[in-house]
Amino acid sequence: MRVPVSWLVEHLGFDEVPTPDELAEAFTRIGIEVEEVSPLGPVTGPIVAGRVVAIEELTEFKKPIRYCQVEVGPEQVNNIICGATNFVEGDSVVVALPGAVLPGEFTIAERKTYGRVSQGMICAADELGIGDDHSGILVLPTGTAQPGDDAMELLGLNDSVIELAPTPDRGYAFSVRGLAREIACALDVPFGDPGVIEIPEPEGEAWPVHIEDRTGCSRFVARRVTGVDPTAPTPWWMRRRLMLAGMRSISLPVDVTNYVMLELGQPLHAFDASSLSGALTVRRALAGEKLTTLDDSVRALDTDDIVISDDSGVISLAGVMGGASTEVQDTSSDILLEAANWDPASIARTVRRHKLPSEAAKRFERTVDPALAPVALERAAKLLNHYAEGQIKPGRTDVGVPALPEPVSMPIDLPDRIAGVRYARGVTARRLGQIGCQVSVTTSEEGQTIVTAVPPTWRADLVQPADLVEEVLRLEGYDTIPSVLPPAPAGRGLTEQQRRRRTVWRTLAEAGFVEVKPFPFIDPSVFDAFGLAEDDVRRNTVGVLNPLEADKNVLATTLLPGLLETLQRNLARGAKDVALYNIAQVTLPRAQQVPVPSLGVDRRPTEAEVASMLAALPQQPLHVAGVLTGHRELAGWWGKGRIADWSDAVEAARRVGQAYGVQLRVVASDLLPWHPGRCAELRVGDWPVGHAGELHPKVIEALGLPKRTVAFELDLDALPLDDRRPAPMVSPYPPVLLDVALVVDAGVPVQSVSEVLGGSAGELLEDIRLFDVYTGEQVGEGKKSLAYSLRFRAPDRTLTVEEATNARDTAVAAAAERLGAALRA
Amino acid sequence: MSGANDPYDPKEVAALSAEHLDAAVQKAREAFAGAADLEALASVKPGHLGDRSPVLLARREIGALPPKAKAEAGKRVNEAQSAIKTAFDERHAVLQVERDERVLREESVDVTLPWDRFPRGARHPITTLAERIGDVFVAMGYEIAEGPELETEWFNFDALNFGKDHPARSMQDTFYIAPSDSALVLRTHTSPVQARTLLDRELPVYVVCPGRTFRTDELDATHTPVFHQVEGLAVDKGLTMGHLKGTLDAFARSMFGEDSKTRLRPSFFPFTEPSAEVDVWFPEKKGGAGWVEWGGCGMVNPNVLRACGVDPDVYSGFAFGMGLERTLQFRNGLPDMRDMVEGDVRFTQPFGTEA
Repeated sequence: MRVPVSWLVEHLGFDEVPTPDELAEAFTRIGIEVEEVSPLGPVTGPIVAGRVVAIEELTEFKKPIRYCQVEVGPEQVNNIICGATNFVEGDSVVVALPGAVLPGEFTIAERKTYGRVSQGMICAADELGIGDDHSGILVLPTGTAQPGDDAMELLGLNDSVIELAPTPDRGYAFSVRGLAREIACALDVPFGDPGVIEIPEPEGEAWPVHIEDRTGCSRFVARRVTGVDPTAPTPWWMRRRLMLAGMRSISLPVDVTNYVMLELGQPLHAFDASSLSGALTVRRALAGEKLTTLDDSVRALDTDDIVISDDSGVISLAGVMGGASTEVQDTSSDILLEAANWDPASIARTVRRHKLPSEAAKRFERTVDPALAPVALERAAKLLNHYAEGQIKPGRTDVGVPALPEPVSMPIDLPDRIAGVRYARGVTARRLGQIGCQVSVTTSEEGQTIVTAVPPTWRADLVQPADLVEEVLRLEGYDTIPSVLPPAPAGRGLTEQQRRRRTVWRTLAEAGFVEVKPFPFIDPSVFDAFGLAEDDVRRNTVGVLNPLEADKNVLATTLLPGLLETLQRNLARGAKDVALYNIAQVTLPRAQQVPVPSLGVDRRPTEAEVASMLAALPQQPLHVAGVLTGHRELAGWWGKGRIADWSDAVEAARRVGQAYGVQLRVVASDLLPWHPGRCAELRVGDWPVGHAGELHPKVIEALGLPKRTVAFELDLDALPLDDRRPAPMVSPYPPVLLDVALVVDAGVPVQSVSEVLGGSAGELLEDIRLFDVYTGEQVGEGKKSLAYSLRFRAPDRTLTVEEATNARDTAVAAAAERLGAALRA
Repeated sequence: MSGANDPYDPKEVAALSAEHLDAAVQKAREAFAGAADLEALASVKPGHLGDRSPVLLARREIGALPPKAKAEAGKRVNEAQSAIKTAFDERHAVLQVERDERVLREESVDVTLPWDRFPRGARHPITTLAERIGDVFVAMGYEIAEGPELETEWFNFDALNFGKDHPARSMQDTFYIAPSDSALVLRTHTSPVQARTLLDRELPVYVVCPGRTFRTDELDATHTPVFHQVEGLAVDKGLTMGHLKGTLDAFARSMFGEDSKTRLRPSFFPFTEPSAEVDVWFPEKKGGAGWVEWGGCGMVNPNVLRACGVDPDVYSGFAFGMGLERTLQFRNGLPDMRDMVEGDVRFTQPFGTEA
């Protein structure tokens, strides 16, 4: 909301008016956010009112140019070139004479232009630094000024506009009335309430009105003004204020409704009474009803929209926008003014549904003072009477019973206890009174002093003690609240899971991976590129109703699409050797999707209710995934380096497991998007927790990735929290080192051989390590030789070679028996 | 030749003569000095200290001397042998030092050769910041709470005192989950963890929750639809807004240095009352120390406590929330938030694992 300082202070009893910056500071301090303070102008030098005496249209130019004679003082007529055409001879305009300097350090001088000498400039409002209207030059209402009058005074250029963004709970602050009251409270100055005016007793109704939907409309007030002079202009002072508030002048009746809304906060609507047929009904729209709104759009109405109808059908989308058929025209003289209180929630829904934010709706959504309607109507009617000779009809329609704020009681020291401050005696009652509450102080049966506040009609937001507390605290100033650390509780530190996750996070970075954080939104067509079967579980996604990118409309079930896209971006930017990782939640719908139970907030939900709510959420396990391409070890002066291959992905996955405290087992697998012969399934025991390996060549081709790109993905939440506490016994005795080479069928997985050897060598085996794999002539077709080094050691003595050899032979025998392994000759 | 019983005069046995021995010593010294390296020294050694060397040959003659001459001749031979040995040892030591020095000199390399064999890894700075904030609060006795990113509207809005059609609900532009009646959203803030915490844990609670959040803002230099917040919540008996202020000040100091502090401005959030915006005094602000908008906070709205079964007449609490991207942006002077989400390794690598 933009408000000129001159308008704001009109209602305040300052001895000395504060500067705009001081006012802005006061607003900020009490919680009305200041977006901008804009001084008007600056304008210096001769700016005067002028009267257009004669206009000569110059036609030899590409655009219309006018050569005008303008009376700018007694017996002084200047010739001025002007490019605007929205004025006629006799109009009153503002002229910047040579020597004037306009905003932007634009100096006016007598100069030759369009083949004529121009002695000044006829100004548009924005050129003078008043608002941003550049639709034409500023034409002042007739009689506003005489030629030669100083326009600085007339335009009120010694003024500033403060733009404020009140929080949505403070509907009253969307008005000059509300904002002036806030300043009165902040700076402790007297406040003259423009909302207090004399309301005459009505004689009868202004118009028959029937409220069918009392929820949608709690009060409807109407007043009729007839004989309005449709040619009467809006007075300059009102136009100026509307302009500075960011509204355009339309016609006197419309300007009056807007002006009163800005001043008091009550949106009004003006109907052309002669276009109305029959009684007005307030109701919800019927299915299929349509309305052409003021902006000439035809809108299909929803049965939740509140509307006003007459015998012709719907004539207004209540509280949001009027209808075209009953709009005030430039010939209208019989005007029905409406002021009502609409249900904020309904208005909010209608605004969202029709994407129709309006100044009126903005106020109704935030609740309008239910006592204000007759006041605002009286004010508007009087303005029409004063400026357009309208006759205010004695009738007033006033139907409905608005809800008024309920009293709120609290211990009088509650603000002190919440703030942690001892406020001076009487502060709470004084501050509550200042914002308009009727305050009474009593003593409870327990001897506690209780303050009871009946909030003013405009403060529907004050419903509980905490709301009153905030009023006291903010007006006393948050800067008076001390800074005190609460007594420290005995925390338990990070959980085991949190600690291990952190280790995983670090491990991958230390292993050369760069962490990236792609968005979880993916394009489901990526699963086609992955070659996934139609019934693949990863295609079972959760959809987003309003995605930012239309095709990325589902939530990731795997981290690979986001990682691969990020990989592509890096490659497109010239990177060659890239290792990326991401740790994030994925979203997996449940097999049986149950609806979310509808729960209230007036009490704690039961355990069963909480459980059913949690059961309705998709599962969201934390995954870790990585992709690699290019060199794992770079080429350099030391050698050629090494290109990343499937084993780097498996190694990274296993390191994640180790970081988490789990030894992952590897089993051959073939899961897309991995290469069927180069895909490892990682398991905890027999439980699969993820995959690693080289991507399928078709997938690589479909996604345009470098050949042999490799990847891994693990479900971190599936890794068990091993609570084993290692207690190693370190033997001081010397080891016996023995090597053994076994020949097995090429198809026997190395891990099986290692497990059998390691598992059969007995307790003396301290370490087993595969150091060579050989295939070729020496071992024969379809065979491979695996060379292991075994380290034996006894805990309590120096082991003899014989003992170690026996243990080795036992292990080899087991491998021979179970895997057909033969000792290599 | 001498007869068996002739008394030999050692002076007459030429090999044992002082002149002869001195000459042998002199020759040995010259030979050792002439050896250029350890190998050469080893090759001349037998000629002067070996079995056939003059001094050892001379020693053989001693046995035939008369007893009274033996001692004197023995002494002379010993002295000569010892002198030669000393000369050898000295030369050997010198040559060994020379050899060691040469070997080290020859083994020297250009240590300025690049050593970047393994590409660098790094954590995302948001991860590190979240961890750091977690540590600050854990040190204050807090615990780290977690919650899902896809959340029920009840947790994200209802329990936090957002009325069904309250403008605040549309203020936070929400990603809704299909179908339209799912009552599920992507959480617009980490605040649902407040309700989860109060339902889950025994009072009192002191928790922080860093996490990923979502709003339908288009990606630009200062907005991203997917971002991170850290939420703080304390509910205990007798907590005041002064405690909130003290906690925020401590937080600010840990993030921005000892001179930092916070300022509260009244504001509105449905889940806190009173509510405040938090500004932080940032000594290293571009263009000079100053206040920077940092986040929101307030005293937990009694309606939130009630919805979670906490008696607001017995307990009070405070809550606060800050955006991590925003914090990182002004703390590190990063001009464009897009860099934080696009995943270009050139952005992340300089942060290493702990920056």
